[in-house]
Amino acid sequence: MTDSVIRIENLHKSFGSLEVLGGIDLDVRAGETVTVLGSSGSGKSTLLRCINFMEMPSEGRIYLHGDLIGTDEGGSVRYSESELCRIRTRIGMVFQHFNLFPHMTVLKNVMEGQVTVLGRRAGAAEAKAREQLERVGLSDKADEYPARLSGGQKQRVAIARALAMDPDVMLFDEVTSALDPELVGEVLRTIRQLADDGMTMLVVTHELGFAYHVANRVLFISDGRILEQGEPRQILREPATRRMQEFLDGHAQFRLPF
Amino acid sequence: MVEWNFLAVLADADLLLQGLVNTLKVTFLALLFGIPLGLVLSLCRLARARFLSMPAAFIVEFFRTTPPLVQLFWFFFALPILIDVRMTPYIAAIVTFSIQSAAFFAEIFRGGIQSIDRGQWEGAQAIGMNHWQSLRRIILPQAVKRMIPAFMERSIELLKTTTLVSTVAYTDLMFQANDLAQKTFRPLEVYTVVAVMYFVVIFVFSQLSIRVEYRLARSGESTVR
Repeated sequence: MTDSVIRIENLHKSFGSLEVLGGIDLDVRAGETVTVLGSSGSGKSTLLRCINFMEMPSEGRIYLHGDLIGTDEGGSVRYSESELCRIRTRIGMVFQHFNLFPHMTVLKNVMEGQVTVLGRRAGAAEAKAREQLERVGLSDKADEYPARLSGGQKQRVAIARALAMDPDVMLFDEVTSALDPELVGEVLRTIRQLADDGMTMLVVTHELGFAYHVANRVLFISDGRILEQGEPRQILREPATRRMQEFLDGHAQFRLPF
Repeated sequence: MVEWNFLAVLADADLLLQGLVNTLKVTFLALLFGIPLGLVLSLCRLARARFLSMPAAFIVEFFRTTPPLVQLFWFFFALPILIDVRMTPYIAAIVTFSIQSAAFFAEIFRGGIQSIDRGQWEGAQAIGMNHWQSLRRIILPQAVKRMIPAFMERSIELLKTTTLVSTVAYTDLMFQANDLAQKTFRPLEVYTVVAVMYFVVIFVFSQLSIRVEYRLARSGESTVR
């Protein structure tokens, strides 16, 4: 159990009578890139959103660097808003639809959380923001408004915005699903660079190629449970369950035959 | 054949101008108090806590659905019976129109805030912002921009409604006009001049608002995504 960044125990999430997550256990270690696969409605996005408490877990515990998030109250866990805000600064999240702030320039987008939430000085925040924009290859777009960027550029700004908070772990929620196919590559390359830099990441995606080439571990989620997990080359080639085989076949259906 | 004679009106033009100043004063103060109060009411109404949202909703709906003249009379004639205050026409006018505008502005704020994509709240939340920081830094700046046309519209409506204060003897433009019409026996000219005065003020204001809208549209960082 060395270097556990995120540990999840018995995570359940229900919306009303609908159970979306039915008991997830997961341990993500420092520097690991874990890819989460699954059909839509399988609960993979909900899993991600529970980890930074955009959705409140119905049951279960989440630990960040070994420390329980929330307060244990005789079996159930209680969360305070201020603690969750603090936790979210340490867990970066990137969304399918970017969610950039349209009334701010790219630079201000990347500075905003640093100044308003972390209380960094404007000078330090700007330096950090420029450094992160450089990292995602968008130094020249610092003064543009998000509306003037392509989808791929917007998503890279969103990544820079999350990185600028110096998070311990990054969550990616189908970040290429809203992009034109030809823009997917630039975003995936950026994420791969982060993996190479040793960032700890959980990546929900439909890009099997990315899972295959970049992930250290692949999870396959079905009906709110982890059905299979393992080393990508193993699990993507020889899935153990019929459910996952069907999922992979569905993705392969319209692949070019060479 | 009707004979127009504006001389009598022009001789007392300063009365009308004084009335116009008072009209603008009431309008301005009602906006000054009404806008912040409207923001507070809208935030209360949007709050999850029912002890905040229920009273706010009641105040907003009550002042939106009762005639402004009734409200004015209530504050001027009825309130002093309930509590020990000396109501002047001026105070009654400010109080009535501040609360009444607040009720309308509250709905404009609420519409503006609710029109902002949920993703904006999530984007703010994901970098650790609390509710208040998200609202102040991310949601309101975008919402206010969308609200400006409705704000302008409502302010013009308010300026027109303030003519009611003449009924409690506040010396606004309308009151001065009535006064002058009786004194000079020239209602035709007096009310024509007054109509033109209201027209000019409101026309200038609405042209200004069109200009502002146009500039907003052009600077147009799209608020969608």
